[in-house]
Amino acid sequence: MTATETKNQTATPGTKVMTLLEAITDAMRTEMRNDDRVVVFGEDVGKKGGVFGATMGIQDEFGEQRCFDSPLSECGIIGTGVGMALYGLRPVAEIQFLDFIYPAFDQIVSEAAKMRYRSGGEYTCPMVIRSPYGGGIRGGHYHSQSSEAYFCHTPGLKVVIPSTPADAKGLLIAAIRDEDPVMFLEPKALYRHAKGEVPLGEHVVPIGKARIAREGTDVTILCYGAMVPVCEAAAKEAEANGRSVEVVDLRTLVPLDEATVLESVRKTGRCVVVYEAPKTCGYGAELSAIVAEKCIEYLEGPIVRVAGFDTPFPYTLEHLYMPDTKRVLAGIDKTFVW
Amino acid sequence: MTLELVSILDKDGKAQKGKDPNLPPEELKKLYRLMVATRQLDDRGLALQRQGRIGFYLQSTGQEASHLGSAYALQDSDWLFPAYRQPGILLLREVPLQKIVAEWFGNSGDTSKGRQMPVHYSFREANFVSISSPIGTQLTQAAGAGMAARIRGDDTVFMTYCGDGGTSSNDFHTGLNFAGVYKAPVVFVCENNGWAISVPSARQTASESMAIKADAYGMPGVRVDGNDILAVYRVCKEAVERARRGDGPTFVETVTYRIASHSSSDDAARYRDAKEFEAWKKKDPILRFQQYLKHRKLWNEAFEQDCVEGSKAEIAAAVKAAEALPNPGPETLFDDVFMNLTPQLKAQRQELHDLMAKGGVGAAVGHFPL
Repeated sequence: MTATETKNQTATPGTKVMTLLEAITDAMRTEMRNDDRVVVFGEDVGKKGGVFGATMGIQDEFGEQRCFDSPLSECGIIGTGVGMALYGLRPVAEIQFLDFIYPAFDQIVSEAAKMRYRSGGEYTCPMVIRSPYGGGIRGGHYHSQSSEAYFCHTPGLKVVIPSTPADAKGLLIAAIRDEDPVMFLEPKALYRHAKGEVPLGEHVVPIGKARIAREGTDVTILCYGAMVPVCEAAAKEAEANGRSVEVVDLRTLVPLDEATVLESVRKTGRCVVVYEAPKTCGYGAELSAIVAEKCIEYLEGPIVRVAGFDTPFPYTLEHLYMPDTKRVLAGIDKTFVW
Repeated sequence: MTLELVSILDKDGKAQKGKDPNLPPEELKKLYRLMVATRQLDDRGLALQRQGRIGFYLQSTGQEASHLGSAYALQDSDWLFPAYRQPGILLLREVPLQKIVAEWFGNSGDTSKGRQMPVHYSFREANFVSISSPIGTQLTQAAGAGMAARIRGDDTVFMTYCGDGGTSSNDFHTGLNFAGVYKAPVVFVCENNGWAISVPSARQTASESMAIKADAYGMPGVRVDGNDILAVYRVCKEAVERARRGDGPTFVETVTYRIASHSSSDDAARYRDAKEFEAWKKKDPILRFQQYLKHRKLWNEAFEQDCVEGSKAEIAAAVKAAEALPNPGPETLFDDVFMNLTPQLKAQRQELHDLMAKGGVGAAVGHFPL
């Protein structure tokens, strides 16, 4: 369905049906109207409106001072963003693909993330780093990676990954208003596939709160981003086989909403963790450890990870690499029979 | 293309005709006093490290003219993105000595709450941005802050520092490139002191100078005698005015020498030719400026005595007061990771608290020389 078609769907008053991508654009426009400290910049974000179109029309509305193209340097985008935040702006930096972010790693993990701590709270770095992540678009190794774990491992960074258009808007606005640096990772596979009603104007979804995407009683799936619809589809299939599956969409990885996670696992007694990043030391490993440490006495079976393989992200065999409903269903089975 | 080395004072401290910036006598004396105080501060810092009272120190000896002359060209409202060898700027900006010294001890008097090694200062009151150890990161940040000032329509100027080693970093290229493209009001000062720990500047670049690199970024590059405080000031003053006018960044290479070892953990005698060192020692920027003041009849023994003994006494008092302060409380370990404690950090803080309440944990708090 194209963007024009989505506009024709009837929506609840005060909302509009948008794709996840449109919701992200709407969030930036909303907050730029609200706060003149907000600036948006990165590679191709100006006239072109971004390679995916996330900043489409923003330069037209706000001018070249507040939405501008940068030289092709991720280190420069983040490093100058840190300087802008220190000086009092609210920079929203776009990294074209998360796979390209590594030249900026030092500026993110040792500078943006540490400024508040190392200056005893005198200097802060309220900036948002937006970047499309993940597979499912036949992008091969350099346009598909899911490297959220590096950032979750870094004290001082918040890490947010939405899976619905309404959450994308509300969480991005919350991220821009946050006083600390936020990695805002956008599931590019859902950019145009996820559609839903999004509140118009002001809409904030708090960082640090998970969402029960689907209620169930027999097993909990913990997931985020592009894996959420995969897990929902698997849950539907499992239900046909008599298993009631609860799907928890984490929405924020740091700080994690542990209360919601643990409450769900305590209720169901079983836990599957789904993520598309390489399995070893992925964020799901942390989730498994938390569940094991804090509610092992409630578990009826092993905690099972369904994840990408420990290989570089493939091009032709992408469909085998990405967790799909079948692999999630197999994971669910393992929590019952082991 | 050979860049001329700009200088004003000859080796005997005489100003070349028509080049003296003609600073008022009181300002000249103030600058001299700051140079002497900076040297005293460094000597005291190293001594405290040698006595095992602080864990680490890093001196700026020989580079007083370079960093004081450059920063003196700024207004107080201008910002600094320093490297780690410009302590005199803190004195210039009147940061209380006790706060500076408390940073060495990393105790509760330290504005950074003991989070960083000695000499990694952060003083917002002085628009002096927190220092980081990785080389060059501040250059890109200064460019970004300059871009922000332009966006906001402010006339703030940003001065940022690196060494000759810093010119090899990713951020050197990135920072200068962004500043050039966006005409950011930044003055980049490269203090070329000849050495990056044990690696000579010839190993950092095949360019005949650092300043020549400015050409590639579309900004003026100036090479100045870094041991000549009047020349450094004059060059930087022009660069600062240029930035404030909206004409963009300037790159200044101050040619100087690291008289001390890299840090208290280093022994330069292991890799540096004594002859080179001795030759540079004779070019001491403080002595050179002292001779200039003598020619101007602004210096005498009594003034010298006052500068040296005055700063010694102030530093001694600051050390005494700072050393007496307790460490930051254990609970501060968890503060300032974020604006507010996350549930996870709250739980970890509680865990540490409970373990400490039982005794044992945290008893072995002490110094850890590096």
